[in-house]
Amino acid sequence: MSSTKSASIAKPAPLTFQELLFRLQGFWAARGCVLQQPYDVEVGAGTMAPETFLRVLGPKPYRVGYAQPSRRPADGRYGENPNRLFKHTQFQLILKPPPVNVQELYLQSLEAMGIDLAQHDLKFEEDNWEWPAGGAWGVGWQVMLDGLEITQFTYFQQCGGLDLDPICAELTYGLERIAAFLQDVDSIYDIVWARDPDTGAVVTYGDVRLAEELQFSVYNFEAADVDKLWQHFNLYEAEGQALLAQAGTLLADENAAATEKKRFPLLAAYELALKCSHLFNILDARGAISVTERVGIIGRIRALAVGVAKSYAVQQAVS
Amino acid sequence: MPDFLVEIGLEEVPARMIAAAEAELGRRVQDLLARERLLAPAATVTTYSTPRRLAVLAEGVLASQADTEEQLTGPSWKVAFKDGAPTPAAQAFARKAGVAVEALEKVTNAKGEYVGATVKRQGRAAAELLAAELPKEVLALYWAKNMYWRAGKPERFVRPVRWVVALLDAAIVPLEIAGIAAGNTSRGHRILHGDSAVVIDQPRNYSKTLRGAAVVVDVAERRHIIRKALDAATRTVPGARWREDEPLVVTVVHLTEWPSVILGNFDSEYLALPEEVLVTVMRDHQKYFAVEDANGKLAPHFLAVLNTQADEAGAAIIRHGNARVLTARFKDARFFWDFDQKTPLADRVESLKHVTFQKELGSYHWKTEENLRVVRSLAATVKAAGVSLDTTALDKATELAKTDLTAELVKEFTELQGVIGGLYARAQGLGERVAVAIYDQYTPASMEDPIPVSIEGQLLGLADRIQTIVAMFGIGSAPTGSKDPFALRRAANAIVKILAESGLPLTLADVVAASGVKAENREQVAAFLRERLHFYLKDVRNFAYDVVNAVLAADANDVRDCIARAEALTVARESADFAAISASFKRIKNILRQAEEKGFALQPAFGTTLAPEAQLLAAAAAVLAPEVAHLRQQRAYSEALVRIATLRPVVDAFFDKVMVLDPDEKIRGAHLALIDEVLRGFSGIADFSEIVTA
Repeated sequence: MSSTKSASIAKPAPLTFQELLFRLQGFWAARGCVLQQPYDVEVGAGTMAPETFLRVLGPKPYRVGYAQPSRRPADGRYGENPNRLFKHTQFQLILKPPPVNVQELYLQSLEAMGIDLAQHDLKFEEDNWEWPAGGAWGVGWQVMLDGLEITQFTYFQQCGGLDLDPICAELTYGLERIAAFLQDVDSIYDIVWARDPDTGAVVTYGDVRLAEELQFSVYNFEAADVDKLWQHFNLYEAEGQALLAQAGTLLADENAAATEKKRFPLLAAYELALKCSHLFNILDARGAISVTERVGIIGRIRALAVGVAKSYAVQQAVS
Repeated sequence: MPDFLVEIGLEEVPARMIAAAEAELGRRVQDLLARERLLAPAATVTTYSTPRRLAVLAEGVLASQADTEEQLTGPSWKVAFKDGAPTPAAQAFARKAGVAVEALEKVTNAKGEYVGATVKRQGRAAAELLAAELPKEVLALYWAKNMYWRAGKPERFVRPVRWVVALLDAAIVPLEIAGIAAGNTSRGHRILHGDSAVVIDQPRNYSKTLRGAAVVVDVAERRHIIRKALDAATRTVPGARWREDEPLVVTVVHLTEWPSVILGNFDSEYLALPEEVLVTVMRDHQKYFAVEDANGKLAPHFLAVLNTQADEAGAAIIRHGNARVLTARFKDARFFWDFDQKTPLADRVESLKHVTFQKELGSYHWKTEENLRVVRSLAATVKAAGVSLDTTALDKATELAKTDLTAELVKEFTELQGVIGGLYARAQGLGERVAVAIYDQYTPASMEDPIPVSIEGQLLGLADRIQTIVAMFGIGSAPTGSKDPFALRRAANAIVKILAESGLPLTLADVVAASGVKAENREQVAAFLRERLHFYLKDVRNFAYDVVNAVLAADANDVRDCIARAEALTVARESADFAAISASFKRIKNILRQAEEKGFALQPAFGTTLAPEAQLLAAAAAVLAPEVAHLRQQRAYSEALVRIATLRPVVDAFFDKVMVLDPDEKIRGAHLALIDEVLRGFSGIADFSEIVTA
């Protein structure tokens, strides 16, 4: 068994972290996807960005991909654990409606990343997904490559508490995992992020992100001011609820002009919901949320997110 | 006779659902063919499945239904024809039968002359019938979780249907399932075969053709391949054996189309982690088989079942990749283990206040205090019966039993709660008795599991479960029908099993009493436990249902005593004398019920001379009753039942010669009193009237 290491090292230099992303983006752009930039409000997963959460609602076809930094404060490990991050990168892809050959396209995207499928073991294993606070769920798989979960593949069935029609396929690639796997490094921080093509000098994932992991772990676990976090939460929630109340009245008003309805800032209301979700996650990491409170607070976030989704669907239907 | 094949091509179906769906589809196809008279007598139906397909092959179906001829009888000839001309009645009948009026015939039967019609129906072609009926059968398959995929949501299924093959010999059956028209092209293994079409020329070549496309469609064959491959891969390590794990074999069978096995290694430094953690990571998280050395100790290897056939270079890559993932997980586990040791279990009791047991009831801290109260009461009962146990260790174990819920390792491996607490208790030097009791607190999790090994573990397990049951019943959360969200039935099953298989001197009533159940719930909880005892005797111990009913009707409190009586009764009932006695007891019960309905009194026979047969029965019963009571007390049940069976001649003679419900009120009363005494005197071991006799 001593040959295992050399066998994988003998392959041509694996792609850098950023090259992986380029390849994925290039692959899906060539298949008609809009390439979006990451959403600029903190989210826990690519699903929560409005490019997914709101675009999957309603009948309009859409194809979009984006690399979404996803923050999970409780998963921070001060940069000490080689496999866990406070903030990881999801390449998020939405195909609405899903093409009949969506699985085959997905496999081709793996090959585009330099994975020779003939040299690997690939399985689609049942894994259903849900985000209760977003009233969203779907069925699908975790895609396992040589025992490693590299992608969450989900057929969305509901979002924002609304049945979807058409449904969509959501592919979420865990970029750090895939990169560590392909580069065969034992620590995420050793992933080669970029390589200077002239000198061959490399910049690692640790060079780029280690300080951020450390400092945000300190903030999320130790420094964040719990009282102020609660104040922020309440303020964002209040503003979000106020907007939703106005939206409800306006969208139900048969005499209101379509232009008035269309310009109503539901997208801003959704950002307020995202803010609340992120604050909840910090409070949770901080140990400030008891089990009994937990359900109630998730319910408050859900009220915002689902409220926006419902109004958004109505607003989209305004002609 | 043609063969029929249907294959439903799917995106990967969840492994846990495939076997049932394959069987159901086979049944549905067979039933459909039988219902439509398309199944030849010698026809065979074979089913196949892989993660990406369900298929049924029916060999020897009929190309079309046989033609049928039916004789219909209509109105009387006189009504139908007046002067040889058809009346409206004849015309209506002809229309209904679908024949011309001229084709009506005269039928003569016992009642007279009637109008008859011979209706010929031409059998429909199999292809036509299957095209119409099969799609409904396929879409009616049961799935634990369904999805929509097409716009407009016309159907739900487990995963999208991507292709359909439907053939009657070489001919395509023109059916459509979920918008997919059937053809004769299947698909092969995703990677090993690729995208090129796999043409099935004949149904009976299905399995062979797909093998050529790197798909083994036969489940039993894949299972065989996997077991052989596990053996072969393990043989590369001298003396090693793979750890048998049938559920895992079943899972990987349904995750593969072309299975192979690799043996990989991990650094032996991880063997310092508890075996339970290592096996959980390998089996539950990674679906790997564990490998043990010649002494049964875990060896630093794992077996991964692949859904591919890689060449040597590929196998090396795959082996390395899997080992990498496994090592990362082991590293995590070790990190959590070390981290958890910084806070000993004893320091975690307070933090249980923040872990909810149940919203309306309280935290695990509350639960722990309740468990302590119950376990102390149980311990007192056990000690009073002269059994020695370590109450200090029992208290400590109960106090710390739930503290591992706050450990990082349990958050990572929730299925190991209890086990991890036990391992931590041992590592933290809390003593073997404490550690073992904590470790075993959730066993038996199923009826196949053993019970806790130590007396302290058994008592903790009983206390924890009865406390949960009583608390849940107290807030109106008893299981109803198929709904048992808190798995209270499983908890009660475990209580029965612990009482049955331990030496604890405890009855169900003792356990209920120790729980401190509120008076208003007491009977409900007791009945719930009795129902579980019934289940245990019948479905776990496999006693006949009438034996179980007979035994429990006599007493349903002492679990081990119930088992002993059921065993004795199971043997005794085989004798002819005993069967006759059972029949007589049933008769006695019926007579007594009739008497009660009619308001007949039971009066002992003072000053009344009864028939000799009645006197003989009274005398025999009077001698035998104390003897049987004595044997019952000594739990010599077989002996007691043999003795009871000796009553047969006198009982038979009594019922032969004596009219029990004698018109004379005094005699009748005396008879009734006599049989009532016989019934009560000999029903202490079992209510024999429950025994079903041939």
